[in-house]
Amino acid sequence: MSFRIPPGSSLSTAAHSGYELSAGEEGASLLEVSMGPQHPSTHGVFRMDVVLDGETVVRLKPVFGYLHRNHEKLAESTSYLGSMPYTDRLDYFCSLTNNWAYALAVERLAGLQVPERAEYLRVITAELTRLQNHTCLAGFLMQDMGASGTPLMYGFREREKILDLFEALTGARMMCNYMRFGGCRCDAPPGWLDEVRGVIDRYPRFLDEFEALLSGNEILMARTQGVGVLSRELAINAGITGPMLRASGVDYDIRKVDAYGIYPRFEFRVPLGKHGDTYDRYMMRILEMRESLQVLRQALEQIPEGPIVDPKAKLRGFRPKPGEVYGRIEGPKGELGFYLISDGGSNPYRYRVRPPSLINLTVLEDLCLGHNVADTVTILGSVDIVLGEVDR
Amino acid sequence: MSHCADLDPALLLSRVVAELDVHSGEVAPNHAVPGQSSLRVGREDLVRVAAWLRDDSALRLDFCSNVTGVDWPERTTKVKVRREVEGAIKEVEESRQVPGCLEVVYHLYSMTLKHGPVVLRVRTGNRADDVAVPSLTPVWRSCELQEREVYDLYGVHFQGHPDLRRLLMWDGFRDHPMRKDYLGPDDFEYEPTAHDEVLERAREHGRGAQRTGGAS
Repeated sequence: MSFRIPPGSSLSTAAHSGYELSAGEEGASLLEVSMGPQHPSTHGVFRMDVVLDGETVVRLKPVFGYLHRNHEKLAESTSYLGSMPYTDRLDYFCSLTNNWAYALAVERLAGLQVPERAEYLRVITAELTRLQNHTCLAGFLMQDMGASGTPLMYGFREREKILDLFEALTGARMMCNYMRFGGCRCDAPPGWLDEVRGVIDRYPRFLDEFEALLSGNEILMARTQGVGVLSRELAINAGITGPMLRASGVDYDIRKVDAYGIYPRFEFRVPLGKHGDTYDRYMMRILEMRESLQVLRQALEQIPEGPIVDPKAKLRGFRPKPGEVYGRIEGPKGELGFYLISDGGSNPYRYRVRPPSLINLTVLEDLCLGHNVADTVTILGSVDIVLGEVDR
Repeated sequence: MSHCADLDPALLLSRVVAELDVHSGEVAPNHAVPGQSSLRVGREDLVRVAAWLRDDSALRLDFCSNVTGVDWPERTTKVKVRREVEGAIKEVEESRQVPGCLEVVYHLYSMTLKHGPVVLRVRTGNRADDVAVPSLTPVWRSCELQEREVYDLYGVHFQGHPDLRRLLMWDGFRDHPMRKDYLGPDDFEYEPTAHDEVLERAREHGRGAQRTGGAS
């Protein structure tokens, strides 16, 4: 798994600012370790080429593409609606927010309106998605730190309740394929909203227990506080979004900034971190879950009866007029955007996904330099990536 | 989405001309979503304009959200021209060759002032040998991986990028698969057949089972 750097290997010649290894001594003191692609801590098929001085990371190069299937090319060779189920496979933890981002972009392009009830269903499903994503992320992070199994299983137990709700609504646990241009595919079955209410009423109890067990845990704090600090300036310049950005203290939540959908109707706060370290990134998720519960409660109170799809939206022969659009939402992992160019045909001329998981990895090396190799695992865990979206 | 008047591409263009003395810019209208019309600038002025967009106190576009490529192959269009035909002036259709190019699109937002987007575009000279544009990674770090992706999938060379390598395809790969004229390989049997041996053994096994009349 590890070997000494031969002079002139791809890593030692890789031109990158700062970390030039001198040809004479590198073989003697530095070790190049290839972490991944099959490594339990990389959350999928992802590889980090790490150069270590003892246990300290002196260089880290992420290697991508193991799960690449050229999603964008496939989407350009099918109809607009045809790639809706395929967006599920981007970030396969959060298919409903992927659906929403894509539907939002196409709706802006084609000028479709979304009925009230569909907007509420979208908010409810998106916030449930955020809940289960953050729950699992917290569990995975503990797993990465050696809390083997239990916190993750607690998280998965709660996630399963939400996936049951998804299954009742859309017919699938993970690959939901729920949204349509101008609305949603189907209405909530009878009693579904009450079930959602039941799940979110019980959720704070789980969060309290999770926090009582973990947030003040000495090992967690020792492993995460002051580790992987991301400065506010770098976070903005490197295009970091989502909880990772807000952990560095930047008040930027697209639900508030763009006010897309019906988010202005809900009262919720945007949690912000102070230090930008791994612990703050963990806490952002916990705090955001509590705010998501707030949004869900309000949405369940307000949701009206009515149609769920714009009658003007055409399923067949859907051809938006020529033009282009960039639409984005606040996904659980950050800004999820879709950029579409229409040439008036039935397929998008250009279809581009702005993947938050990939762009949040821009600063992975900056976060890990100077830390122990074991900390790269927790730092990567706190970034929250899904390789289906990173590699597309 | 907040559209403040400062971000109108026509206004930006006039400011770019007045303040930076940049004359290569033009507004590319967007008929579907007029609020997302874009500002196209020449390659030689791209870095200056980008740095100005980032630093100007009214704009402060400190967040480069999305970087992507678009392929525009050579195409022929029909245009109507008035020409003298057999002594009379008539309107006739003529086909014109439109040269192809690759285009890089940047979507800029401001986290400080919470506005956006400004769409910035730049084009290469052609699709074959004049495919270099300056890299904006020194201006926004968020371009680093995304420009590598555009390089990988479209073949745009970003001059000044600190680490321009393929991102998603493997290093030995030659083509740029997101281009419109890309053709996939026509034989999928290039794989070294490590499993041929296994198949052969399985066939042997089946033959053996038939001979002896045993259960297959």
